[in-house]
Amino acid sequence: MQLTLWTYEGPPHIGAMRVATAMEGLHYVLHAPQGDTYADLLFTMIERRDARPPVTYTTFQARDLGSDTAEIFKDAAAAAYERFRPQAMIVGASCTAELIQDDPGGLAKALNLPIPVIALELPAYQKKENWGASETFYRLVRGLSGSPSPEPKPEGRRPSCNILGPTALGFRHRDDLDEITGLLERLGIAVNVVAPMGASPADLGRLKDADFNVVLYPEVARAAAQYLQKTFGQPMVETVPIGVGATIRFVEEVAALAGIDPAPVLAGAPSRAPWYSRSVDSTYLTGKRIFIFGDATHAIAAARVAKAELGFRVVGLGTYGREFAREVRAEAALHGIEALISDDYLDVEAAIQAAGPELVLGTQMERHIAKRLGLPCAVISAPVHVQDFPARYSPQMGFEGANVLFDTWVHPLMMGLEEHLLGMFREDPEFNDRAPSHLGGKAPAGAPAPAPPVPEPVTSVTLAGPTAPTWAVEAEKELRKIPFFVRGKARTNTETFARERALPLITVETLYDAKAHFGR
Amino acid sequence: MNAPFLPPRTVAATAEPGCGDVAIRQERGQRAVFCGLTGIVWLHRKIQDAFFLVVGSRTCAHLIQSAAGVMIFAEPRFATAIIDERDLAGIADMNEELDRVVRRLIERRPDIRLLFLVGSCPSEVIKLDLGRAAQRLSTTFSPDVRVLSYSGSGIETTFTQGEDACLAALVPEMPREAPDAAPSLLVAGALADVVEDQFLRLFSELGIANVAFLPARRAGALPAVGPSTTFLLAQPFLTDTAKALEARGAKRLSAPFPLGVEGTTRWLRAAADAWGVPEGRFEAATAPGRARAARALDHHRETLAGKRVFFFPDSQLEVPLARFLSRELGMGLCEVGTPYLHRGHLAEDLALLPDGTDIVEGQSLDAQMDRARAERPDLTVCGLGLANPLEAEGLATKWSIELLFTPIQGYDQAGDLAELFARPLVRRTRLEV
Repeated sequence: MQLTLWTYEGPPHIGAMRVATAMEGLHYVLHAPQGDTYADLLFTMIERRDARPPVTYTTFQARDLGSDTAEIFKDAAAAAYERFRPQAMIVGASCTAELIQDDPGGLAKALNLPIPVIALELPAYQKKENWGASETFYRLVRGLSGSPSPEPKPEGRRPSCNILGPTALGFRHRDDLDEITGLLERLGIAVNVVAPMGASPADLGRLKDADFNVVLYPEVARAAAQYLQKTFGQPMVETVPIGVGATIRFVEEVAALAGIDPAPVLAGAPSRAPWYSRSVDSTYLTGKRIFIFGDATHAIAAARVAKAELGFRVVGLGTYGREFAREVRAEAALHGIEALISDDYLDVEAAIQAAGPELVLGTQMERHIAKRLGLPCAVISAPVHVQDFPARYSPQMGFEGANVLFDTWVHPLMMGLEEHLLGMFREDPEFNDRAPSHLGGKAPAGAPAPAPPVPEPVTSVTLAGPTAPTWAVEAEKELRKIPFFVRGKARTNTETFARERALPLITVETLYDAKAHFGR
Repeated sequence: MNAPFLPPRTVAATAEPGCGDVAIRQERGQRAVFCGLTGIVWLHRKIQDAFFLVVGSRTCAHLIQSAAGVMIFAEPRFATAIIDERDLAGIADMNEELDRVVRRLIERRPDIRLLFLVGSCPSEVIKLDLGRAAQRLSTTFSPDVRVLSYSGSGIETTFTQGEDACLAALVPEMPREAPDAAPSLLVAGALADVVEDQFLRLFSELGIANVAFLPARRAGALPAVGPSTTFLLAQPFLTDTAKALEARGAKRLSAPFPLGVEGTTRWLRAAADAWGVPEGRFEAATAPGRARAARALDHHRETLAGKRVFFFPDSQLEVPLARFLSRELGMGLCEVGTPYLHRGHLAEDLALLPDGTDIVEGQSLDAQMDRARAERPDLTVCGLGLANPLEAEGLATKWSIELLFTPIQGYDQAGDLAELFARPLVRRTRLEV
């Protein structure tokens, strides 16, 4: 039993719904009690979809448990077939139905429907949403992609690939897909099938016609791509094109597989991000301390971009996706830190506090944590929120995606020149560092005149602990001279420094000793 | 609830002479409603020192998180103890696990005075005895924390029924009133604090002094109950709570629910009559509120009058809302869907509905969506999951969960209530894209 306040992933049947909802001509019959129908709103409210997900819930009740819930399932599946006439159906159970062991797969088979029916076994008490999406997609591909055709592929045809992974409710999947499709087209590579997004069960039968597979989101599509590799000998590209460097590597890899020259597409400056990063205003980004948390794909990509393309320092890296813990640990090692593998939101909050970052790149959960800690934050990964489906084009992948990353990660920070000016004018009487801040600090009530010391957002959440050293009045005064946006960090560092040395009183000396100790 | 399909039948409404009959049809099939766990979202705001621990699955945690919309609380006063395979396989003793989770929780949150163990579909199916667990934990943590249990499971409760189950669990905790206690009035059903305060003022002007609310704002402030207690339901979904109060000797006053001018006036009058308040005093006490509410409703009548509204079953507020919209704002009623209804508690509201109102109890989602499409109502009241799909088909919608989160009862909220329905229609007239 695990105490959970907020959860990063839903149960595995939500992953199956993300796949079913992304596809066309597929219907999902889910053995589940009525409350489980809340899942519709994930798609219709958060993603603003204009139709219900293609899901029929059996919505059995307590009184049905004594009689025949299996009959309810069969009726629901038969009625769903009659009404929706899908090309194929997936059937399964949510957590409660798993306990009553009605065997939706067997029941559906007994109906002898004239379409393929794929049974899903998604153990709700072991697995989670991303695993459910991956397993569902794998089962669909396995069940519907057919067998290898004996004839060789015709000569002289354009090289082609499948794009695997984008689902409903995915973080920027819609725009990533546009960006990568365009990139492949510019390279002269035809996109054979995109799946799950937009694919019908019949389309899955054409997967084998492609020369290779592009795995955009390994969390969803790695298992299916491995199956296709084994069965049809299709190589897979697993480089996730997030950031300029990764996009260039991606282009080179797909070009090599397609036997074409990537040079024309890579010529010139396909992304503005490198120049923006080299331009002088970005100097202040150097060594900014960044904490990164998300799904493995986005977290790893963000760490690489943060370090190599923005000159940040990654002080924390983690994921809630245990399936990809190994990859995240390896990436963290490259930054000289230990990865945080956890789906406990309180652990993540504690890790962020301990790392004292200047910017958090995370999920909607970390956005809330950062807000409470008074830290700037940009969202880089699911779990998603209605804000993560912007009206504008906003990919994370490809060359345009790199531009988007630059903007969305840098804007929450203060601009370079602005930061220097704040430092210069801090002593001016007009300057008031308790003014409302876009970083989430609280504006003081009443007049802006010298107010009694108000605890700042950052310091107010510092875990003081029973052994917190006290501040000498002079030192406290000196601390207030430090620009407010780094003051919290200075306080934490100084207290840590004092605690490690068992100094009972923090003096001005201690403050500057700590500054020298932690100085970068 | 989901009774086998019966042909349409007619229930004679008995409350008021001269009012007509309404047809109540039962429908069964796929439902699109929340389970009772959803009530935690508003109940934890109402009882300020209570914590709600759902004993369930990842789905339960995901539901509450999604229904709550945003994760705005650092540490909310609700959480889920997620059952995992070790518990199910018997590798871990589930009761020991639960005790461990509760201990950790209470260590983290020493401010908690009342802990609800909330049953879910999985905990009900595996027959985890949360009632016994609550007793055991209550003994352990006595006197600092009282532990109670109720079920919010989707196999037993629909959406607002979760509040009923929670309040019913509180009733045995209410102190016994003194044998010579003066008559007291209890208002049952979670109301916004501001609405409670307005009602308190009104009751005081009526000369009814001894008024209390269930739930109380703090766990330790539960009012006494007994044969001298008379109670008014503020919400139409409190079947078990009313039963439990009656078992303690309290008497229910029959009244329409306090939505709109008419509902509020008749609801107050039920109490006034029981207390023998003279007519003149009642008039004087309610006249200013009635006048204000009438003025507030005037703003929206033009938008709403003559428009047709279709209710998908959701909050169980549908019948009193339909009564309000038809009688006070001149709206036409298409289908009035409701997940289930208590004929006794709703008798007065049912009696006020126009003749021949089509009430459907239960749901068969696809068939109902077909009927809504065929009817083309001007406004459709539905759950969050259906709103955008119906909008995309050209139907204006009002999501019903807002009716639980927004103060809507009483005179001074009548205009706000009308505005909730008017807003989607007004918005459509403003947009030019």
